[in-house]
Amino acid sequence: MTVTFPQKGLPWLLLLPQLLVTAIFFLWPAEQALEQAFYQEDAFGLSREFIGLENFAALFTDPLYYQSMLTTLVFSFSVAIVGMSLALLLAVMADRVIRGKLAYQTLLIWPYAVAPALAGVLWWILFDPSMGPIALWLKSAGVDWNHYLNGNQAMILVVIASTWKQISYNFLFFLAGLQAVPRSLIEAAAIDGASPFKRFWTIVFPLLSPTTFFLLVVNLVYAFFETFGVIDATTKGGPGQSTTTLVYKVFNDGFVGLDLGGSAAQSVVLMAIVGLMTVIQFRFIERKVQYS
Amino acid sequence: MHNLKLASVVVGLSIASSGFAATEIEWWHAMGGANGEKVNEIAKAFNDSQDAYEVKPVYKGNYTETMTSAIAAFRAKQQPAIVQVFEVGTASMMAAKGAIYPVYKLMKDSGQAFDESAYLSAVTGYYSNSDGQMLSMPFNSSTPVLYYNKDLFKKAGISQAPKTWQDVESVSNKLLASGVSCGFTTAWQSWIQLENLSARHNVPFASLENGFGGLKTELKFNGPLQVAHVQKMGEWQKNGIFSYSGRTNDGAAKFYSQECAMFTESSAGYAGIKRNAKFDFGVAELPYWEGKVKQPSNTIIGGASLWVLQGHSKEEYKGVASFLSYLSKASVQADWHQFSGYLPITKAAYDLTKEQGFYKANPGTETGVIQMTTGTPTANTKGLRLGNFVQIRGVIDEALESVWSGDVDAQTALNTAVERGNAQLRKFEKAND
Repeated sequence: MTVTFPQKGLPWLLLLPQLLVTAIFFLWPAEQALEQAFYQEDAFGLSREFIGLENFAALFTDPLYYQSMLTTLVFSFSVAIVGMSLALLLAVMADRVIRGKLAYQTLLIWPYAVAPALAGVLWWILFDPSMGPIALWLKSAGVDWNHYLNGNQAMILVVIASTWKQISYNFLFFLAGLQAVPRSLIEAAAIDGASPFKRFWTIVFPLLSPTTFFLLVVNLVYAFFETFGVIDATTKGGPGQSTTTLVYKVFNDGFVGLDLGGSAAQSVVLMAIVGLMTVIQFRFIERKVQYS
Repeated sequence: MHNLKLASVVVGLSIASSGFAATEIEWWHAMGGANGEKVNEIAKAFNDSQDAYEVKPVYKGNYTETMTSAIAAFRAKQQPAIVQVFEVGTASMMAAKGAIYPVYKLMKDSGQAFDESAYLSAVTGYYSNSDGQMLSMPFNSSTPVLYYNKDLFKKAGISQAPKTWQDVESVSNKLLASGVSCGFTTAWQSWIQLENLSARHNVPFASLENGFGGLKTELKFNGPLQVAHVQKMGEWQKNGIFSYSGRTNDGAAKFYSQECAMFTESSAGYAGIKRNAKFDFGVAELPYWEGKVKQPSNTIIGGASLWVLQGHSKEEYKGVASFLSYLSKASVQADWHQFSGYLPITKAAYDLTKEQGFYKANPGTETGVIQMTTGTPTANTKGLRLGNFVQIRGVIDEALESVWSGDVDAQTALNTAVERGNAQLRKFEKAND
C-alpha cells in the first residue's frame, strides 16, 4: 500500500523534524566517532595525530578484548531472554486478571521509570555481601554470596539489575500483543478441547511473534548499549574483567580514562557488531515471524 | 510617566551595579554532602572578606565527572578558572601545558606573596615539578591509616594496636579465635596495598622517580616486597584474616557491622567512621613489614588539588591568586582540616590545630599527619606521576582480584599488571610527547 502526496515537498517537510533529530543526535556523533577512531589525541585536544588503524590494531591484538566480547554476548542474551520470558509470563497472568487489573499493570510498569544508575544502586544495596538483605538471606540458605570475588555471581547481579527495569517495557508490549489476539480463535480452540498450554503455544505465541521479534531486537540493543550505568553502579566491570562488557569498556576508557581515540575505535566496533546482529536478525529470524 | 521614572531608576541601578560588579571566578569541585556545604561556606567567607572578586563554587559530581566536564568545557572554550582534580589525574593535567596555568607562575604574575616553604613538602611534592615549583594548589589530601575496633580487641585480649603486618597477622588470629569473622578489610586496594606499601618501605612503584622524572617511566610494582605482600594477603583471604570488599571504600560496611575488626582506609574516612561506628575505635599508622625496612618512610597522599585553567582575563587570575592565598591561610586550613579530616597543607595550620587542642579532643586525627611528615620524602615516597593512571589502577584492581579469588599467584598477577600498565604508559607517552 503506497500513500501518494500531491506535492513532492510536503512529505519531506513532514519528515524534516525527525530527520534533523537523527542527523544531529545520531549521524553527526557517529561520524565524529568514526573520525576520532583514526587519531590519537590528548585529553584536552591540544595535539592530534593521525595514526591510521593503530587504535583498532591495539584492540584486536588484546586477548582481553575478545574476552570482553564473549562477556557481552553472555550478558546481552541473558538480559534479553530472562527479561522477555519473565515479562511474557507476567503479561499472560495480568491479561487474565479481571479485578484490579489496572493496579497490577501500573505496578508492573513502574520500574521502567527508574533511572538505570538508581536501579543499579538499589540492587547493589540488596546484594551487598555484608549488609544486603538478599545476600544475607542467601547466606542463611547456604549460598556464599560475594560478588566482589565471584565472577559468576557478579554476572548474575548485573543481569538481574539490567533486566529488572526492562521487564516493564517488555511487559507493556506483550500485554498489548495479547490483547490483540482475537478471542474467537482461542474460544474455538477451547471448544475443540485444546488445553490452555496448547492454546497458548499453538495460537497465542505465534500471533505474538511480531512483538517477540521486535522486543528481541530492542532488548539486545538495550543490553549492548545502555547498561553501562547499571554496571558502573554495581560491579564496575569486576571482579577481574568478569562483567566488563564492550559498552562499559567504551564508557570507562573514554569518559573515565580519557582515552578518546581508543574509546572511539571501540564504539565503532560495537556499532558494527550491533549493525551486523540486527541484519542477521532481520534476515533469518524475521522469516519465522508471522505478520497478520 | 511614573513607569518611565521607575524604569530609569532600574536602568541606572543596573548600570551602577554592573560598574561595581565583582569579577566572577568559577570553581568546579567534586565535594558532595557535608564537605560540599563546607566548600560553599569557604567561598562565601572569601567573598564577604573583600568585594573585588566573587568565587562561585559549582558541584560537578564525583572526581571523574568533574575532571571530564572540565576537559569537555576546555575543548568548548567554556572552562572554569579553577577545577578540583583528583591525584590520579595529576599527570594528565601536567602534560596539558597549554591548558593549565601553573600555580607558582600565577602567584608570581599576579604579585601575590607566596612562600612555598610554608607548605608541607609531603603534600606539595605530589603536585610540584622537578624544580620543586608548585603546579597546583593542594586542597584535600589524605593518607591511608589503620582503624581498629577497640571493643573487639579488648574481647580478644589484645591491648595494643598492630604496628607491623606481622602484628596484623597475630592480632587477627587472636580475633578470629575470639569469634570475630574477619581480621581486616581494606579500601582502595591499589592505593593502600601497593602504592603506599611501596612508599612505606621506600621501594619504587615505577622507574624514573615514580614517574616524576619523565614520560618514559615504567612500572616496578612486581618486585619481591610487593609480591610477598600480595601473596600473603591472598593467603589471608583464604583463612579469614583478610576479607576483600570491593575496589572503593565499601569495606566500611564490614567495619561498621563489626564483621571485620580492622580497616585500612583514608585518613579522611575518620568523620564517616566516627558517625557510623557504634563502638570504641582507634587509629593507628599504616602497618609495615618488620625486617623489610628499618624505619618506615612517610606514606603518600591521595585526594585532590586545585588546578587553574588557561583562557581567562588578567583580572580574573588576580582574583584566583588572592583566593588561593586565602585558602592557604592557617585559620581557613585548620578549619577545613578539622572539619573534613583531610590533612592540613601548611605547617602553620598544623600548629594552629595543635594549639587549639583539637588532636587531644579527637584522638586519632593526628595519626595521618604524623605518618605523612616523618622524615624527608624520598624519590619513592614523594608521590606518583603516571599517565593513564585511572586505567592503570583498573588493571591493578583486576590483578589483585584474581589473587584474592585464588585464580592466579601474586607474581603472575603483578607481572601481567605491570605489562598491561606499561602499555598504558607508552600510550600516554605517545599522545603527550
